[in-house]
Amino acid sequence: MKAATLGFILCAVIALGAPVRGFAQAAAAAPTPTVEQRLSAVEAYIANSDPRAGVPVNTIGVPGPGHNGFIMVAAALILFMTLPGLALSYAGLVRRKNVLSVLAQTFGIAGVATILWWAVGYSLVFAPGKPWIGGLQYAWLNHVGPAPNTDYSFWVSHNIFCMFELMFSIITPAIIIGATAERMRYAAVIWFTALWLFLVYYPVAHMMWGVDGAMNGLNNPNAIIKSIDFAGGTVVHMTSGWSSLILCIVLGHRAGYPKERMPPNSIVLCMVGTCILWVGWYGFNCGSAMGADGIASNAFLTTTLSAAVGSAAWAFAEWIYSKKSSVLGFCSGAIGGLVIMSPNCGYVGATSAVILGLIGGIVPYFVVVKLKPILGYDDALDAFGVHAVSGTIGVLAAGFMAKTEINPRLALHLGGIVGHTLWLSQIEAILVVTLISIAGSFIAAFIVRIFVGLRPNREQESIGLDLVEHGEEGYIL
Amino acid sequence: MKKIEAIIKPFKLEEVKDALSELGIEGMTVTEVKGFGRQKGHTEIYRGSEYTVDFLPKIKLEVVLADSLMDSAVKAIINSAKTGKIGDGKIFILDVDEAIRIRTEETGEKAV
Repeated sequence: MKAATLGFILCAVIALGAPVRGFAQAAAAAPTPTVEQRLSAVEAYIANSDPRAGVPVNTIGVPGPGHNGFIMVAAALILFMTLPGLALSYAGLVRRKNVLSVLAQTFGIAGVATILWWAVGYSLVFAPGKPWIGGLQYAWLNHVGPAPNTDYSFWVSHNIFCMFELMFSIITPAIIIGATAERMRYAAVIWFTALWLFLVYYPVAHMMWGVDGAMNGLNNPNAIIKSIDFAGGTVVHMTSGWSSLILCIVLGHRAGYPKERMPPNSIVLCMVGTCILWVGWYGFNCGSAMGADGIASNAFLTTTLSAAVGSAAWAFAEWIYSKKSSVLGFCSGAIGGLVIMSPNCGYVGATSAVILGLIGGIVPYFVVVKLKPILGYDDALDAFGVHAVSGTIGVLAAGFMAKTEINPRLALHLGGIVGHTLWLSQIEAILVVTLISIAGSFIAAFIVRIFVGLRPNREQESIGLDLVEHGEEGYIL
Repeated sequence: MKKIEAIIKPFKLEEVKDALSELGIEGMTVTEVKGFGRQKGHTEIYRGSEYTVDFLPKIKLEVVLADSLMDSAVKAIINSAKTGKIGDGKIFILDVDEAIRIRTEETGEKAV
């Protein structure tokens, strides 16, 4: 056994040594390249052309290979968060007669958000325009090509940036269906999503992330509210979370809630979905650095810490109160930790991440387990309790915990207020986003109620949305 | 002829079946059932929503046999199914008017 191991190591050393030796000989034989040759080789690498040609290559307006590739992967990871991550984590938590309805709703939302993004959505968010909404220069994705849009990134293709941001616009309305699960008609979900994107998502995303957005403190020197949001504490989690609360109140509770038993159909599916969300979140948080740079690495570290601590914290709170840590508790805490990190991951250090993870695991626990039964609203899968609560705390925390040492870009326009009064701007941003989310979802829900109707009738609800709306059953056993 | 209906704990099924086989009983019918008696159910908690599960899983075992075997069969079930804790189950004994083996059309005790 020992001899075999030794032999293997010997072979490995020889195999590894061979190419190194060959490379050393070749390097010694070749003439030393001139500075021009080295420069044109680098240019050729950036433009993906022949490094031996030795002719200058234009690298202006050309995406950088590494950053571009990273954002492509990050964008795919965020789509994976929604389909199937979020869809499965929700599907596991409803009753078996509604398991397909949440999957169908997630799919439908992805479609609507994509079509609207192509038409005007992307333009309304990221084209320069008014402080509260973008212009129409990029409608139908005109002028959105492979060359980077230097408003947002010097090395990532404009079309890849556009697709990366699309994934945020898909997952955000999809979060809301957690609050309305098991009792909202499919058509109502689709129409609500379409209206809500225009009334809430596009304005808030433009204000926060648009180059001339009213609340984009990071990149817009003329921002009215100088706030920061790294990866979507306001744009994603606060908008969806607060709208969830409004919509589940407007809808009313599920028939039979809270007297009837409504246990989840599969905690296994929920766990699988949650872990897909966690992995996808690396694309969400690290990709928001818009490149594979040091800020993205910091986001990777803080995201991991916060999710792990949040997961343990919720389970620990359960153990304190009911002497048992549940798998659903681990899942919920992980999401709480990830949500609270979204606005912070590129701005804060490791210790802050651990503290935020603790808060993100424990505070939503109390809201969901203790406060919700007292207030009596039926947030079926706790979209408000986790996303709005953790998200809002996270946005506020960024005001206290963001450091220019972690993210030097903060010094660009916010040097004077980071570490001092940034939290005041964060509070202003919280108020604006919460107000828009509440008002926008009220209006959208009201319109859908009049023209489409929000709920299935009682009989349809008791049969289950899978059969009534989609003509299928999730489990044929 | 008598019919024994025994509600027992699921994990005792093998022991009960072996004990009855030793007596020469050649057939029985077993169903997975749910119910409750004096044994309390348990609670499940999902994000704070508590659900009391009253109906516990049990096994219902049905045997039809000749009157002469009845006492020994009941004793065998009691001996093999008893744990001494609450929830061990119950035995019901019913009269059977007739039994017919479908294949041979035999009737009475020859058919069971």
